[in-house]
Amino acid sequence: MSNNPAVNGALVRIEGVEKIFHRGSEEIHVLSELSLQVPAGEFLALMGPSGSGKSTLLNLIGGLDRPTKGTVHVAGDRIDTLSDHALAAWRARHIGFVFQLYNLMPVLTAERNVELPLLLTHLSKAERQKHVETALAMVGLSHRAKHYPRTMSGGEQQRVGIARGIVTDPTLLLCDEPTGDLDRKAGDEILNLLQALNREHGKTIIMVTHDPHASARAARTVHLDKGQLTNEPVK
Amino acid sequence: MKFFHLVWGNLKRRKLRTSLTLLSILVAFVLFGFLCAIKQALVGGVALAGADRLVVRHKVSLIQLLPESYQARMERIPGVAAATHQTWFGGIYQDPKNFFMQCPVVPEQFMAMFPEFILPPEQMKAWLATRTGAIVGRKTAERFHWKIGDRVPIMSPIWLRKTWEFDIVGIFDGAKKGTDTTSMFFRYDYFDEARKSQNFGTGQVGWYTIRVKDPAQAADVARRVDEEFANSPAETKTEPEGAFAQGFANQIGNIALIVGGILGAVFFTILLVTGSTMSQAVRERIGELGVLKAIGFTNGQVLALVLAESCLLTVLGGVLGLGLAWLLTARGDPTGGMLPLFFFPVRDVLIGLGISIVLGLITGILPAQQAMRLRVADALRRM
Repeated sequence: MSNNPAVNGALVRIEGVEKIFHRGSEEIHVLSELSLQVPAGEFLALMGPSGSGKSTLLNLIGGLDRPTKGTVHVAGDRIDTLSDHALAAWRARHIGFVFQLYNLMPVLTAERNVELPLLLTHLSKAERQKHVETALAMVGLSHRAKHYPRTMSGGEQQRVGIARGIVTDPTLLLCDEPTGDLDRKAGDEILNLLQALNREHGKTIIMVTHDPHASARAARTVHLDKGQLTNEPVK
Repeated sequence: MKFFHLVWGNLKRRKLRTSLTLLSILVAFVLFGFLCAIKQALVGGVALAGADRLVVRHKVSLIQLLPESYQARMERIPGVAAATHQTWFGGIYQDPKNFFMQCPVVPEQFMAMFPEFILPPEQMKAWLATRTGAIVGRKTAERFHWKIGDRVPIMSPIWLRKTWEFDIVGIFDGAKKGTDTTSMFFRYDYFDEARKSQNFGTGQVGWYTIRVKDPAQAADVARRVDEEFANSPAETKTEPEGAFAQGFANQIGNIALIVGGILGAVFFTILLVTGSTMSQAVRERIGELGVLKAIGFTNGQVLALVLAESCLLTVLGGVLGLGLAWLLTARGDPTGGMLPLFFFPVRDVLIGLGISIVLGLITGILPAQQAMRLRVADALRRM
C-alpha cells in the first residue's frame, strides 16, 4: 500500500460506485454510479433523507463494507480490493470513527475506551497513556478519565467517542450522525469540537447528518437522494 | 496482557451470571480433586510398588496362609535375591473404627525389603532388642498421639482373640510422598511364640515378598516360584507387587473407569453451562464487537478475545476449585484410616489445570467463531 495520503489531490476518491443489497430474490440499489472526491483537510457534510445511502457511503469510505461495483481510493490506497485482514489494519491506521450512539464499551472507563485503538499499535503502556491524556485533554474531559460511560452525560460520552476517534491521529475522521442523539446545546459543543479539529489541526472530516444546523458547520455539503449525489453546493 | 482489562471487564459485565458459572466450575474442580485423591488412595499403591518385588500368596486366596518353611525354598530359587513374609493381624485399637494395618514381620529382612520406610538406626536397634517392640508410621503415631516408650494395647479378633500389648520403639517416615505411614509392624518371633501357646496358626504366614535380582526376569522368577510349590497342599500365586496392589483395588471395581465416568458427566455439564454463558455473552454485545472491528481489530484478534474470555472464566474457576480441593485434601484421610494414601497428587493438579484450559477453548470456540464472522456494518446496526 502507498503511504501517499492523496491521489490526484483528493484524499478520498470514489468512482462509479454501486452498492446493491439482496433481500431474498429482491435487489436493493442503495448507491448508483456514484462518484465523489474529498480533498485532504476538508470538513464535508453528507446530507440526505433516511435510506438515501449516507451511512452506506460512509461505510464504503471507512472500509467497513465493499462496493458491488466501482473503485474506492482513500489515503492513497484502493481499499475495495483489500482482504478483510488488510482492511482491518488499514482502518486502524487511517480511520477514526464517531458514532451516533457513541458506541463506548460500558465495561471500560473513559480512558480505557480511548485507549482501545492504541492497543493495536506497538506503543508502550506509558506512551499509550500519554496519547490518551492528550486526546482527552483535546475534548476537555481530562477530569472524567476514570469515569465509566454510564456515569456521563450524552455529550460527554460523545466527546469520549471523538477522543477515541482521534487518539491514533487518523488520516480521516468519519462521523455518523454525531449529534443525532444529543440535545441542541450538547450537539453544538460536539460540532464546535469537530470544527476545531478541522480548522486548528487540519483533520479531514466526513460527517453524515440529516440536520441542516449540523451541516452548516461543514465547509461543504453534498446531498444524497436515492443513492445518487444530487448536487455539491460549496459553502 | 494489554487486552486483559477488556477481557476482564467483559467478564464483570454480568456479575451474577459470571459468579454462578464460576461457582459451578469451582464445584466441578473440587469434585475432580476429591475423586483424584480417592483414586490415588485406592490405586496409589500400584504406582509406588517396587519394580523388583514380587508378592507370593496362596493360590486360593489371600486369606489362606502359607508355611513359614517356604521362605528358605524361595531363597534357593534362581533369580531370587531375598524373601520375607508378613501376616495380616487385623487388630483394633480401642474402637473398631480406628482402622490401621498391623503385621508381624522379621525386622532386618523387612526393613531391607522395604527401603521406602525410613527408621532411625537407634530405633532399629531398640526394635531388635525389644521382643514386644513395634514400629509405627508417622501418621498413625500422630493420630493416636503415640510416642516412643508408650505401651499400646491392640485387640486381635483373629489371633488368639486377646488384647496384645506392644512397646512403641520406633516411628518411621516415608521416603516418598505417597508412602503409607499408617501401618504398624511388630516382631514375628513374639507373634509366633504366642500362637504356639495355643497351637493356632503356628509356622504359618500371610504372604511373602521376594526381591528379584533382575526386574527384567521377574516373570520367569514368578513362574519358577509357582512351579516350586505346585501340587503341594499350599500352592502359590506369584505376581508383581504392582499387580498385587491393583488386584486389591479391583475388589472395589475399575476405579479409573468409575472416576472417569463421574468426571466425564460433571465436565460435560460444565461444558454446557459455560458454553451457554459464553454464547449469551457474545450475543448481547454484537454491536460492541462491531465497534472493535471498525477501529481495526482483525477477525483473528476478535476470535482470540472471546477465547481468552472463556479460558479466563474456566481457568479462574479451575484454579479456585483445584486450590480448594488441595486445601481440603491436605487434611488427610477423611475416613480415619481406610484411605491411608489419600492426597491430591501434583500430577493430577496439573491435569486439572490442563482440563480447565481445554474446557475454556471448547466452550469458547463456537461463540468466538460467531464473533469472528460478524460483518462490521451489520454488527454496528445492532449496537
